[in-house]
Amino acid sequence: MSLDMPPKIAPQAEARRQMEICNACRYCEGFCAVFPAMTRQKAFADGDLTHLANLCHNCRGCYYACQYTEPHEFALNIPAALAEVRADSWERLARPRALARLFQTHGTAMAALAVVALAFFFWALAALRPAEGAGFYAHLAHNTMIAIFIPAFLAPLALIALSLRDYWHEVGGGRIRLSHLFQALHAAARMKNLSGGHGEGCNFEDADRFSDRRRQFHHLMMYGFLLCFASTASGTVMHYAFAWEAPYPLWSPPKLLGIPGGLMMVAGAAGLAWLKTKADPALGAARVWGGEMAFILLLGSVALTGLALYAATGTGLVGPLLAIHLATVLVLFLLMPFSKMVHGFYRLAALVAEAGKPAPAGGGE
Amino acid sequence: MTRWPEVFDLAVVGGGNAALCAAITAAEAGAKVLILEGAPLAYRGGNSRHTRNFRCMHRGPMFPLTGAYEEEEYFNDLLLVTKGKTDEHLARMVIRASEECLPWMQSHGVRFQPSLSGTLSLSRTNAFFLGGGKALVNAYYRTAADLGIAIAYEAQVIHVHRDGDRITHLETEIAGQPTTVRARAFVLASGGFQADLDWLARAWGPAARNFLIRGTPYNRGVVLRDMLDQGAESVGDPTQCHAVAIDGRAPKYDGGIVTRLDCVPFSIVVNRDGDRFYDEGEDVWPKRYAIWGRLVAAQPDQVGYAIIDHKSIDLFMPSVFPPVKADTIEGLATQMGLDPTALRRTVDGFNAACQPGPFHPTELDGLRTQGLNVPKTNWARPIDTAPFYGYQLRPGVTFTYLGLKVDTRAQVHAAEGPIRNLWAAGEIMAGSILGQGYLAGFGMTIGTVFGRIAGQEAAAHVA
Repeated sequence: MSLDMPPKIAPQAEARRQMEICNACRYCEGFCAVFPAMTRQKAFADGDLTHLANLCHNCRGCYYACQYTEPHEFALNIPAALAEVRADSWERLARPRALARLFQTHGTAMAALAVVALAFFFWALAALRPAEGAGFYAHLAHNTMIAIFIPAFLAPLALIALSLRDYWHEVGGGRIRLSHLFQALHAAARMKNLSGGHGEGCNFEDADRFSDRRRQFHHLMMYGFLLCFASTASGTVMHYAFAWEAPYPLWSPPKLLGIPGGLMMVAGAAGLAWLKTKADPALGAARVWGGEMAFILLLGSVALTGLALYAATGTGLVGPLLAIHLATVLVLFLLMPFSKMVHGFYRLAALVAEAGKPAPAGGGE
Repeated sequence: MTRWPEVFDLAVVGGGNAALCAAITAAEAGAKVLILEGAPLAYRGGNSRHTRNFRCMHRGPMFPLTGAYEEEEYFNDLLLVTKGKTDEHLARMVIRASEECLPWMQSHGVRFQPSLSGTLSLSRTNAFFLGGGKALVNAYYRTAADLGIAIAYEAQVIHVHRDGDRITHLETEIAGQPTTVRARAFVLASGGFQADLDWLARAWGPAARNFLIRGTPYNRGVVLRDMLDQGAESVGDPTQCHAVAIDGRAPKYDGGIVTRLDCVPFSIVVNRDGDRFYDEGEDVWPKRYAIWGRLVAAQPDQVGYAIIDHKSIDLFMPSVFPPVKADTIEGLATQMGLDPTALRRTVDGFNAACQPGPFHPTELDGLRTQGLNVPKTNWARPIDTAPFYGYQLRPGVTFTYLGLKVDTRAQVHAAEGPIRNLWAAGEIMAGSILGQGYLAGFGMTIGTVFGRIAGQEAAAHVA
């Protein structure tokens, strides 16, 4: 830290200062869910700020529309202030916290873990090579994979569930009704909060010009990911329910879901990474930039190596590609609670919580 | 003195709503346009960046407006606030033209939102900008850039050089560098003079030095003064400005919307000496906030103190600065620099004059005091429940009325006749129509209508 940096204040204190000014203006109430939610209170408890921060999708519309950004003495930067509170909430509510702090902030830490996972799978492929099996099961037995991935998938999910319980308590979430879930899923499915309120999108990669690119790339990523997840799930069902084991032909659910899903994820990751290099880091939580970028690249790598593995079917590359692919998947699973991956869980929770809160009464000139 | 290398078809002085509407309109008609914005990029847009809505005539529902708002009703609203100080012909022209402005604004990047919380009373008459006035200003600058309009920031126009019935060039300072700007036509849209405290003090008296300026510090009226000195015809009361009561702790300039205080109807307001001086409950706040600037300006040291108690703290919009808070009236007085005995006496006198009855914060409830020299005629509840809260009030100047007189074609006139290649739009000429008072969203309407007319006329002149 250089000497001329101001003393660090808690992200909540800075966000509170900014939201109190923001709440006296309310010109931005049409952009997204944050501003109507803000009008519910005059004073902001930490939990209120956590809630607003997780509703914010960092579209930055409010920053460019704000009369009070620097050099104005009020120095508002709502997207950054909320991003700091958001990143802090994900770190604070994670367990163990130290891991979240490490992986949220440092892309290199994620890369190092990937190297470890890679080494592990090269070892596993060499040491645990099964006597029989088809396709990649010839390299690593199905049961071995299950033994590794089921705990690597479920244990992080369990940790996330514990964090979400704390989150729900912190933001004062109420009883969840089916209608709240529908409202939240409806907003998430369309990324309503990246629409800018007028449907033209964000102010993300080109200053105050609106663009829907971030929403489009995020859709590619999110729906691609869901297709890949569905692909894996369909494989599991086919394996256990129908005793139909991999490798699967092109005209089978795992491939029909997985190939488009993988392509969408690769395109989505490339687009999101590109946008991130163009966006102003000062309007986000700058300290987690590296971790966020590494997370995008990790998602892209999972998809790309999966596609490569399929393309390499029957060649000598299957072994090494399998090790690489499984390593990326393992890192993704293990880091779910400690990386940007949690954003999906927290954002959905925030949308559900918001749907359950009383309609803002508001006020204005 | 360096010369700007190009000769433009049109040079627009100013960088707010009216200037941008003029520049865009002229550029779309084929003119080569330069915008001279006095502020740096971060503060571009003049007072437009603090605005929020556009008052618009319409004969039926028209997004985002509900119902209908026809010419007669609009004009009557204007007559009411100006008490007749308007030019009916110009006013009706602006009102009629406002209807076609709304789609024009949208096609040039401005986005509207349905009226949300707290502004429903205006959902029929006023179209709200999504993100407010700065979002509108940004949209117009994007459009201007796409049209190839040249934009100079930190471009102060010092002198408009007039030769008979024509303007020949502008003497400017661009980023500190003296520069001559030549063009064939000129539009002046550089606002009023409310940020020039010396001018305000000359017009209003020395008390004006204690006023806060709600908007941009860049509206110093340099061009307006220069034109008046050259014999341009003027309009509007040179001694008057529009001032509202705002939070006394607001920045000297550019505090904008957040410095408003809506607590007055639920408070008692005392002056420096701890005495009340006007009926705080005379009418609902949207109809009274504008007179309170003047009322506070007339008090010693141009300051007032609104005092409320715990019962009322949640009845109005949050303030940008937290109120002063104390468990006793005396404690509150001390914290605010008032005489505790005097404030106690005033509060006791007021409380004793309050009558029982139903209290309705959102309507005129007739809950009035009895026997006070300065009555409170609505919402008069005793100030008796700790904690007590106080806000300092000061006059916040929004705009000035003195301006250039223009005709229906936005042309500026000298005594001997029109100046052939000079037009004006926005606050610099709004006094022609708004001679007194204010009608929410009408400044943007005048700016948009006259900005577009000035742009058309200038483009036609050079075509």
